[in-house]
This record gives sequence, C-alpha cells and structure tokens, in this order.
Amino acid sequence: MSIIAVTSEGPSLDDQVDPRFGRAAGFLVVDLETMDTRYISNGQSQVMAQGAGIQAAEIIAREGVGWVLTGYVGPKAFKALSAAGIKVGQNLEGLTVRQAMERFKSGSIESAQGANRTGR
Amino acid sequence: MIVAVASGKGGTGKTTVTASLATVWDGPLVAVDLDVEEPNLHLFLQPAISGSQTAHMPVPLVDESRCTYCGACSDLCQFKAISVMGQLVLTFPEMCHGCGGCLAVCPEKALSPGQRELGEISWGRVGQVVFLSGRLRIGEAMSPPLMRRVKAKLEQMLPANGGDAIIDAPPGVSCPAVNAVIDSDVVLLVTEPTPFGFYDFQLAWEAFSPLGKPLAAVINRAGLGHDAVYRFCREKGLPILAEIPYDRSIAEAYARGRIITEVSAGLRENFISLRDKLRDLARPGPSGKAVHA
Ligand code: SF4
Ligand code: SF4
Repeated sequence: MSIIAVTSEGPSLDDQVDPRFGRAAGFLVVDLETMDTRYISNGQSQVMAQGAGIQAAEIIAREGVGWVLTGYVGPKAFKALSAAGIKVGQNLEGLTVRQAMERFKSGSIESAQGANRTGR
Repeated sequence: MIVAVASGKGGTGKTTVTASLATVWDGPLVAVDLDVEEPNLHLFLQPAISGSQTAHMPVPLVDESRCTYCGACSDLCQFKAISVMGQLVLTFPEMCHGCGGCLAVCPEKALSPGQRELGEISWGRVGQVVFLSGRLRIGEAMSPPLMRRVKAKLEQMLPANGGDAIIDAPPGVSCPAVNAVIDSDVVLLVTEPTPFGFYDFQLAWEAFSPLGKPLAAVINRAGLGHDAVYRFCREKGLPILAEIPYDRSIAEAYARGRIITEVSAGLRENFISLRDKLRDLARPGPSGKAVHA
C-alpha cells in the first residue's frame, strides 16, 4: 500500500519521528506515489486518561494507511492496528520523518509482530 | 458510625489497628476489609466465613450480525473500551467502566451486557463482630468497582448490625483510598514517627482533609524519635487519639498475626479510649467541628 502514517513531532518531513504512538503529537500521512503529505494532530488522543493508543489507531485507520512508522506501540494499540490491517514499523525514534520514510522505501523496515511496549 | 482507618502508605500497622479496635468494640460491629488488592484483615480477626459471592461488571458483547459499524459506541466511550476499526468492532473489556452508555446509544441493538469478573466478596463472623471483605481478581486493574459492591453489601448489613462499621481502607492516597473513606463519619490516619512515615502522612492529610470529615491520628511505633508528625498535628488541629509504643512484644505479636489488644491490658485500655474518642469525634458538635475547621 502506498499511503503510510508516521508519528511526528511536527507537520514537516524534517520533523522528528515522535517515539510514542498513542500519545504522539501528530501523524504525517504520506502518499508515497505522489509525495503528498498531510498532518493530522493527535491532540484528542493525547489528553485521554486511557485508550490513547486505540484512539490514535482509529484516527489513522480513517486515513486508509497501510503502514504506520513509529517508536513504540503498546499492546492494545497493536491489537487495534492489526485489526484494521495496518502494519507497524517500530523502533524508528531518533530519525526524522523523511529518514524513516526513505528507510521504508528501501524495504529495510520489517512489519512488527507484536507490541514493543507494555502497559497502556 | 462508620470509621475508616487509612494511612498514607502500607506497613504502618493500619490493619492491626483496625482489628484491635474491632476487638474492643462494645456492641455490634461490621469490620470491613476494603483493601481489596491485598486484603489481610481476616488474618488478624480470623473470622468464620459463612458466605461469598462473585462480583461482576457489565461489559458490552457485540453481535456482529447486527452491527453496521456506525461508530456511535466508539465515539461515546471515553475509555476506548469499545472501538470500531473499519469493518470490525473491538472490545477491551479490561478497560470498560461498565457505564452501559454504548448499549444505550447503539441504534442496531447489536450490544448486550456481558460480564467481567471483578473479584469475590465474602462475609462471616467472629464473636459479635460481623466480618466483610472483598478480594480483587488477580489481573483486574480497577478496584473501585469491587469496592462499591462491598460497600453496597455493607449498606444491607448495617441496619441489622447496630449501624457501626470499621473500614480497613487501602493504603495510599489514590482513587481507591479516597473511595474507601468517602462514606465514613470519621477518618483515622495511622502513621509512625519516622521521616518516611511523616511524608506519607502529610500526603494523606492533603488528600483526605478536603472531604470535610473529622480526621484524627493514631501514632504507631511511638518513641521512634521523629517528632515532626506531632508538630504537624498540633498545627493542623488534628487530634492524636492514641499512641502505640514501639515495643518488641507488639512487633512479635504483629508478626504472628496477633492482635495488639491481646498483648497487654494496658494496650487494651489504649484502644478502649481510642474507641470512645472516635465516638465523640463522629458526633456532630463543637468538638467535631473544631477538627476540620
Ligand atoms: S459500558 Fe461504558 S465504558 Fe464500557 S465500553 Fe460501553 S461506553 Fe465504554
Ligand atoms: S453503535 Fe452498535 S451498530 Fe454502531 S458500531 Fe457500535 S455496535 Fe455497531
């Protein structure tokens, strides 16, 4: 699938990948064919006492993305993302969104088999 | 009168104070263990258990054949315990608060009440003391729902049992601790005169004094030397109703799960006077008012 979402600290490709999934600042949705980008704020999930990861999964599922690139994903968010058929590329903190995207395009990001963070 | 025995942290002797107070009660009493995560009042009171029941919380069950994936349930649930992902409804029963909102908004009647086990409520008797306790299911994350069910059982029991109860509250100052003391007439804080004990005691005072209930203190292991807690009580007008001396025979009794009042007649007197002072404090009147002014 050619549309991916990257958890991002800001709206541009040169912003840092936000390491958190559920409590990410926002998502940069990138269409890899046209290179169109769209930034979606995740403020709504950030303020939730619980279920932020599930809420975030709902938000990006609506965008029709096939993959999400991020740092850490908790078990509930992972379950929700899998249910929506969204693959997860994780442990990408420390990169910019552009770098994460290039790495994805080169085919060197594997689809995670499970959550890499416990708890909520 | 309902007395809640609380403490800012565990290990201050809260449960042994609860049990000791129960043994000197001069009338019918319900002794309640609301420390549902780690109930241990029964170890001290050793009641004969006469009944128990499993407590449940209603959680939504989805009938996928009726669901249109409209998302109304998911939009409503602030806990995200139900979520619509494309053509799938996901439920996270362990996160559900049992409010029933999703069932009410579902336009297709696709949701029905299922059950999540919260834990067990048991009751019994020791002498003239009625015993009541809740034990959270291992893996259950929320204690307040089970605590509310234990309290509902207490409400049923109280009229036939003289109306007096002592509640062993969970340690700490979080939601379960506040939930345990909220229906009481007087809150008794158990602390010890050590720096750590004092720190947690202050937190407990901050958490409980806004409830506007009479508050009082019991100092356990008195004589350990740190006097900040005494100064604090004086400044805040918090009466110290009893002091339990730091004493080897008490520590040994405690370690064997025995009750302090059985150690010596003097200690028994201590608790009898504590009981009477609690009664004075719970009684509405000038003395009670002064405490939480
Ligand atoms: S019962 Fe309430 S908390 Fe539970 S899933 Fe439904 S709306 Fe959410
Ligand atoms: S409200 Fe009812 S019909 Fe709509 S998504 Fe939820 S379960 Fe399905």
